Amino acid sequence: MKVAYWPGCVSRGFTPELHGSMAQVAPKLGIELVELDRACCTGAGVIAEHSQELADTLNARTFALAQQEIGKGADLMMNICSTCQGAQSESQERLDANKVYRDHVNETLSKESLSYTEGIANKNFLWLLVEDYGLDRLKEKVVKPLTGLKVGPFYGCYIVRPADRLGIDEENPRDSYLSLVIEALGGTVIDYAGSHKCCGFPIITMAKDASLQMAARNLGDAQAADADCIVTPCPLCHLNLDLQQPIAAKLVPTPLNMPVLHLPQLVGLALGLSPKEIGLNKHVVKPTAVVDWSASVIAGVGGEGGGW
Amino acid sequence: MDTRKPPQDYTLRIRRYDPESGEAPYWDEHVIKLEPHRSVLEGLLQAKAKFDGSIGVRCSCRAAICGSCGVRVNGKPGLACHTHLDDALKRSKDGKITVEPMGNMPVIKDLIVDMDAVHWKKINRVTPWLIGKTPVPEREYVVDRLSMVDVTQTMACIQCGACVSDCLSMEVDPGFIGPAALAKAYRFVGDPRDAQQQERLKDLAEDPNGIYNCTHCFKCVEACPKGVAPMNQIMRLRRRAGADHHINDRNNGHRHEAAFVTLVRDGGLLHEAELLPRSYGGDSWFGKFAPKAGAELVASLPAITKALLRRKVTPKAALFPHKLAKPDLEAVQNIFDTVKAREERYELNLYVVGDDKDNDQPIEGAVGDRSTT
Repeated sequence: MKVAYWPGCVSRGFTPELHGSMAQVAPKLGIELVELDRACCTGAGVIAEHSQELADTLNARTFALAQQEIGKGADLMMNICSTCQGAQSESQERLDANKVYRDHVNETLSKESLSYTEGIANKNFLWLLVEDYGLDRLKEKVVKPLTGLKVGPFYGCYIVRPADRLGIDEENPRDSYLSLVIEALGGTVIDYAGSHKCCGFPIITMAKDASLQMAARNLGDAQAADADCIVTPCPLCHLNLDLQQPIAAKLVPTPLNMPVLHLPQLVGLALGLSPKEIGLNKHVVKPTAVVDWSASVIAGVGGEGGGW
Repeated sequence: MDTRKPPQDYTLRIRRYDPESGEAPYWDEHVIKLEPHRSVLEGLLQAKAKFDGSIGVRCSCRAAICGSCGVRVNGKPGLACHTHLDDALKRSKDGKITVEPMGNMPVIKDLIVDMDAVHWKKINRVTPWLIGKTPVPEREYVVDRLSMVDVTQTMACIQCGACVSDCLSMEVDPGFIGPAALAKAYRFVGDPRDAQQQERLKDLAEDPNGIYNCTHCFKCVEACPKGVAPMNQIMRLRRRAGADHHINDRNNGHRHEAAFVTLVRDGGLLHEAELLPRSYGGDSWFGKFAPKAGAELVASLPAITKALLRRKVTPKAALFPHKLAKPDLEAVQNIFDTVKAREERYELNLYVVGDDKDNDQPIEGAVGDRSTT
């Protein structure tokens, strides 16, 4: 499987372990990543807030670049960021719906001899795993099942709402895929109140207390539900839930210590990559529970009859 | 919708609570019998008529126009009269249809929440009437048709409170003006007859509970049974406040947006290390030296130090941002400049124009917000 791969900005900036772990996991799964290194930021909803046409044109350019790769044999376009998915899906919804608008946007792109044809398949790694790669195939690749690891899913708003724009329906219940993947990897899914809520990141500079309250509440809910860690397909959620966790923790009475994993990291663990290879050492909240689990499994496998 | 299917049994699990009783809330179950296309509201009314007259539920028109019967069905907000029993059953987790009162508002009894205490108070906060221009025209106001089409989306609101129920910003900060009231605000900010658009926008941008408190979670877009998409209206308020009225609010809202746009124009990719200080200090390289940016830096030190220690962020990455290669960066900047040079903001509102698939021929897209940039 070959994908036109859009890593996003944050995965190469403040969460380098995300892009890094994806690069480790892809060959293990047999996914070839053709990086769209000519493409620009999706705007993360903020450029659309400034000018819808600007955001749509920038994203149409990325789609056009991806379509060139698809023309050369890539199966589809893939991203690793809920926010990129949401911002791109929003642009795509408008571009695909209206030919007059699409022509207008393509007119701007024509200076670069680029053009977007409606109907690109652009999927987050999460969707690709379930819909294109297949959970059965994923299970076959698991060498170190996440047995006993309690994982709370955290989706990020942009990848679950609005449902119709994101293609979430009975046939493709994309708002439950994290649970399916955690189970396929052998882990235990923790059901908690915050899984589909907002991490608070978009208002961190405008309403810091409210923003961190959201993060703290979600983390606290997962902790109360006895999760060992949270997994998210969104690096922006990761910033608020992990990077800001020490500051968020000050706003709530309960001490918080909740490791937050990127989706490729969780997959990587089950595929046998070491915590260091997937960059778990780069997190602000040390994923001690996860690393300990990882070590105990190795000890268990080594010992006669399983030592744990 | 097939209306010929015979009646069948549905189990309703209803959240019951009477604050005056001093008892804790509890779940009550009733099996009702109705055709699958009938509504959850009809189910509730049957349960009330047949089994327990004390079930508290508010309703009136039963046709999704009065906005009285807002509830949560299987955890999602909406109108009880607008939710078919078969659809509700399909979305239930365990074969029972769960009906609860809406969130973010105090419960008066069972499914009835106190709309006055929250929703109507916030609606009143945004001066929900037209402030006419003076002198009053001798005859009627003559208004460009398209600009009125643009506000029809907000006029579709029936004040049911479904968006307020699930607003995630309001959940942690009850002071937030919220989706319904801000959509109502756009109703007048977007109306060319209103005389105080600048004042309205300044008020809502400067309010620490105003337009910049929306966390962009799409909950209200999903909740609204009428397609009002309150969050989209909030984004339009921001666009008008910042781009048209140049309101540099004290909540960092406009500075954050401006800094984001500038940084992506400069590098093609976002340079996060610059975004935070510029949001506080102002949209230029010097922004980080402003006192507000310094104070924020100090407050963020626990996070920054750990990020540096764990080599999540390296000093090199913080100082020298990732950038696109030159030809691509120039192409991207060209797009920025082309769009900026337009005389009018080209905004496509699918609520207004619909999808080509549903139209006989492609519709000119430039209806919607056409205010001059």
